[in-house]
Amino acid sequence: METLEQLASRIEGARASFAAGELTLTVGAADIVPVLTSLRDDHGFKTLVDICGVDWPERAKRFDVVYHLLSLTANLRVRVKVEVGEDEPVASAVGVYPSANWFERETFDMYGVAFTDHPDMRRILTDYGFSGHPLRKDFPLTGFVELRYDDQLKRVVYQPVQLVQEFRDFDFMSPWEGAPHVLPGDEKAAMAPGVASGDAGKKA
Amino acid sequence: MDKPNPSGLSPAEEPTITVNFGPQHPAAHGVLRMILDMDGEIVTRVDPHIGLLHRGTEKLMEHKTYMQSIPYLDRLDYVAPMNQEHAYCLAIERLIGLEVPKRGQYVRMLYDEIGRILNHLMNVTTQAMDCGALTPPLWGFEEREKLMVFYERASGARLHANYYRPGGVHQDLPPALLDDIHAWCGTFPKVLDDIHGLLTESRIFKQRNVDIGKVTRADAEAWGFSGVMLRSTGVAWDLRRAQPYESYSELEFKVPVGKNGDNYDRYLMRMEEMAQSVHLMKQCIEKMPKGPVVSTDNKVVPPRRGEMKTSMEALIHHFKLYTEGFRVPPGEVYAAVEAPKGEFGVYLVSDGTNKPYRVKFRAPSYVHLQAMDYMSRGHMLADVSAILGSLDIVFGEVDR
Repeated sequence: METLEQLASRIEGARASFAAGELTLTVGAADIVPVLTSLRDDHGFKTLVDICGVDWPERAKRFDVVYHLLSLTANLRVRVKVEVGEDEPVASAVGVYPSANWFERETFDMYGVAFTDHPDMRRILTDYGFSGHPLRKDFPLTGFVELRYDDQLKRVVYQPVQLVQEFRDFDFMSPWEGAPHVLPGDEKAAMAPGVASGDAGKKA
Repeated sequence: MDKPNPSGLSPAEEPTITVNFGPQHPAAHGVLRMILDMDGEIVTRVDPHIGLLHRGTEKLMEHKTYMQSIPYLDRLDYVAPMNQEHAYCLAIERLIGLEVPKRGQYVRMLYDEIGRILNHLMNVTTQAMDCGALTPPLWGFEEREKLMVFYERASGARLHANYYRPGGVHQDLPPALLDDIHAWCGTFPKVLDDIHGLLTESRIFKQRNVDIGKVTRADAEAWGFSGVMLRSTGVAWDLRRAQPYESYSELEFKVPVGKNGDNYDRYLMRMEEMAQSVHLMKQCIEKMPKGPVVSTDNKVVPPRRGEMKTSMEALIHHFKLYTEGFRVPPGEVYAAVEAPKGEFGVYLVSDGTNKPYRVKFRAPSYVHLQAMDYMSRGHMLADVSAILGSLDIVFGEVDR
């Protein structure tokens, strides 16, 4: 029975990191299928627990595709991560784990990450005919269209979202450590040489 | 005698019939639409269309502070709400490194097991209803009602409890509650026996379930099954045992394991799990230690209300925690609990602010429903609803 440390050193082409007792293997987009196959066949990770995306808009390779695997025999979990850009497809894992099917459809639906060789790439959670990828950070929480029943047409219709009140996203971060709140006149204090500002918020 | 052949076509030319099942169908256990390709009465392909209950929980939670987002968890698997809250709280606690006091752990385990019985009562009896038995739901729901009263007495809400908090649970239990739960544990096995009497040896129920929806161990692993679905194939895998959280390692319980991997095994296992849960609940009550139910770290856990009235520091903490909330150190964590339906996992990515950067729920129903096509192929149309019932699906967590 191998430990996570041993496992980390045995997977080729993966960058291993440990945090909170969990092993994360970061691999290139081209290596994902060989790495998953090796984990399944040589290391006993026969169960795919989850696939999901994470959006980091400020990064060049914007998305993380995160795979969680579980080995019932070794009682270990491992996380495999692939970083991909917006127009970069990832090879589908359906051939390795049949359960990847819906997870990849969901990742595509929510983030727009394309998977090559997927047998049935359709949207899964959003509405028929939906456009956009709702879990991207640049997708507004309120969405773009809303649905209502039109009494004249006797059917449901889509229309642009109309907010009765402007969308509010409160900044509850502490004024001492959150966003910089510069008081009028205070900006001069920071300019004085060798004077530490009393306002820690000005560190930004 | 020749069979009547109204179409005049040979069997090979006979077109496939497509049946639309749901989204409004009593046996769909919520809003599931399935496109069934049928060859006569044999199902050749199942295409479940989900997402009719998609509410964007994960997106919404990115815009709420950690504490504000706990109620969303209740609305995933609304049949056993607290088990979901538990996974989310575990994830936050692991990132912060927060200890839960012993009594808090026992209260959580007690309510996890109540949730398990709530879920299995719902599933076993409604699955029986899908097979034509009307009495089990009536008997089962009476007990669910009593359990929901226990929910209400602890949290103030029958269903959407919002009771677990990072660091423990929101409030201590009222004094007489433990005695009442213990008394209920004494009466429930009788009800369980009654349900056994209705179903276990029922000829119709057995005909509808034995050898239906069979799964092998290798397929169960490949399809990512967990919980009862996995154990029915003979794998003794229970996260309470394999990767113990809270104080499950201190309690004594058995993990029922199936032999045939069919619907009937899963029914029997759920019945046995309820008996085990009662056993666990009794142990929780008997071993329930004294002390706080929630961590006393006031940088994460709001102070008690009474304390707030007299202490300036408590007042500041209260104000800060209910407006800004607490920060969670940057990092990522995957926390899973043995929810009644299987492994419910929360993948939490924090960027160090007071709101989660990304939350992903790994819902067992989602994974199990995915295997609907694999499990139903070659079965009859009537078996589809029996299999669906046996999968134990709740759309709150499938669609999120």
